[in-house]
Amino acid sequence: MRAWHFSETAYHLLPPADTYDSIRVSLPNKHYDPAIGADLYHRFLDEWLLAEDEGLDIMLNEHHQTATCVDPAAPLMLSILARQSHKARLLILGNPIANRNQPLRVAEEMAMIDVISRGRLEAGFVRGVPYEISPANSNPVRMNERQWEALDMIVKAWTHHDGPVSFEGRFFHSRAMNIWPRPYQQPHPPIWISTTSPAGAARVGDRGYVQATFLTGFDGTKAIFDAYRSAWRAAGRGDHVPLDRLAYAAMVYVGETEAEAHAGAEKLLWYVTSNKVPPHFASPPGYVSVEAGVQMLRGAEHPLSAFAKAATVEGAIKSGIMMAGTPDQVVAQVRAVYDHVGGFGHLLNMGQAGFLEHDETVRGIKLFAREVYPRLKAFGG
Amino acid sequence: MGIISLAGVDIDVWEGGSGPPLLFLHGAGGFRPGPAFLDLLGRHRRVIAPSHPGFGLSGLAGWMDRPDDIAHLYLELLDRLEIPQLDIVGTSFGGWIAAELATMQPHRLRRLVLVAPAGVKTGSRDALDIPDVFATPADVVQRMLYVDPDKFRVDPAAMTDEELRIMLRNRESFALFAWEPYLHNPKLPHRLHKVTCPTLFLRGAHDGLISAAYTERYAALFPDARVVTLADAAHVPQMEQPQEFSDTVLNFLRGEV
Repeated sequence: MRAWHFSETAYHLLPPADTYDSIRVSLPNKHYDPAIGADLYHRFLDEWLLAEDEGLDIMLNEHHQTATCVDPAAPLMLSILARQSHKARLLILGNPIANRNQPLRVAEEMAMIDVISRGRLEAGFVRGVPYEISPANSNPVRMNERQWEALDMIVKAWTHHDGPVSFEGRFFHSRAMNIWPRPYQQPHPPIWISTTSPAGAARVGDRGYVQATFLTGFDGTKAIFDAYRSAWRAAGRGDHVPLDRLAYAAMVYVGETEAEAHAGAEKLLWYVTSNKVPPHFASPPGYVSVEAGVQMLRGAEHPLSAFAKAATVEGAIKSGIMMAGTPDQVVAQVRAVYDHVGGFGHLLNMGQAGFLEHDETVRGIKLFAREVYPRLKAFGG
Repeated sequence: MGIISLAGVDIDVWEGGSGPPLLFLHGAGGFRPGPAFLDLLGRHRRVIAPSHPGFGLSGLAGWMDRPDDIAHLYLELLDRLEIPQLDIVGTSFGGWIAAELATMQPHRLRRLVLVAPAGVKTGSRDALDIPDVFATPADVVQRMLYVDPDKFRVDPAAMTDEELRIMLRNRESFALFAWEPYLHNPKLPHRLHKVTCPTLFLRGAHDGLISAAYTERYAALFPDARVVTLADAAHVPQMEQPQEFSDTVLNFLRGEV
């Protein structure tokens, strides 16, 4: 198993939550102090580099108009790491290509990072959470169609090397794609896709790309990985689904003692407890299927709000979205999810959030890397 | 009338009343038979009311994403029904479709009624002409739509699954067609001078979406348009003031406004 250090580079120094309607989309940026923001950027970059020194790989993502993740241009952040890191794999998860107008530009950005890092890029693509719709001015209807078409266009741009090729799809067009540079890895960097639904996972499994899922817990993750494995086999890729095709993201914090670990984990929970978003941003029309919408009107949980109910350390551990404790406890917690879902090859560690300070973050990364990670590497072996 | 297939898209067309033909184009909430205003119009008119693609029980094609796609479909519908000339009433989003259609075959229209229509951008690029209904809490939108919001509140618990399905699909299809540019076609203002038929803009005085200034500027793009305001109505005057609405529309269609 590979483990990746992941931070959303949040800006957590906000006014009381009852003074604003939403932490996303509409929170005025007067609450962002650029001087503090600069310190935070440098701090988070340092933490990624420290994680690399400890043997972890690096993961980052992208959100817009939100204090929860002040990384609205993830390729910029990744390009810094491509130059400053030396050995870690670099996972961007990912590029919100249903919300970007030029897939070709994304192909170019990713190729550049792959070359600068000498082939360490893992290129992830996401549909994006519903709150990304308004900042991108992007139509919430037909996002899946746009995402898959954009990906096809990007792969075409990456894999043709004999001069211009054209692409005229339903949504995206280019008369003459001939990107410079081309990717360092051949035929192209590994492709990752995130999804939180079995239907989405089936499509990823059909293509054989790496499937990542975030905070989906025991049963949600199992349903997603099962759908992936079924589609993988149905596509004739063989009975054996390699573990490195599946990735799971959880909040992770390791301490010398359980008490120390839970104190850190409490701060990590900011990631779920701070996410105050009103319904008109959380449920734009067409983001979920009509059938799922009917179920929600009948009282079913919003797919992205289920984890907010597990807003205690114990609850989060119990539902499988958090691994927190002593090294022994964390190994056992990862093992429990691993066994329940049928195994996975990547653990995406949300190892920093909210008020978890730098020294606490570093301590958690080091303990994980030194006391937990060596034992996880044996999983599946 | 039932399902009619147009350009490979199944469109559910309702028909009621008798008299000279009137095409009624519904707003973002979709079409449902039953409201009093339909009965009042139907006493003097043969009302033909298609559910737009993606709304109600009508199908939707992958190539469709702008209101002029719908207008083209309805020209085909009129050909199919062998209606050479007629009156059109379009409300809100349906008013936008009606305006698009009118620019395509202006001579086909006898008279045109646009009720709180969207479709053009008339103001500064630095402010939305129409508030962003997709970024506004539902109860605030409800107060923009109605003088008496409680009277028209929907209660999902009292609706069947099929009704909920239609409501959500209507919402989704409205977003598909109206998202960007938001509730307008930048080219439409440069085509409206062709619409020479007498045109009535009908607006509720308390409309929180379509302002009086927007309506005046929109109407000024037509060669022969006037604006009438109904005092005790907001964005949906046909529902809140059915009698006054129908009287005003029918009088105008008779040439009496």
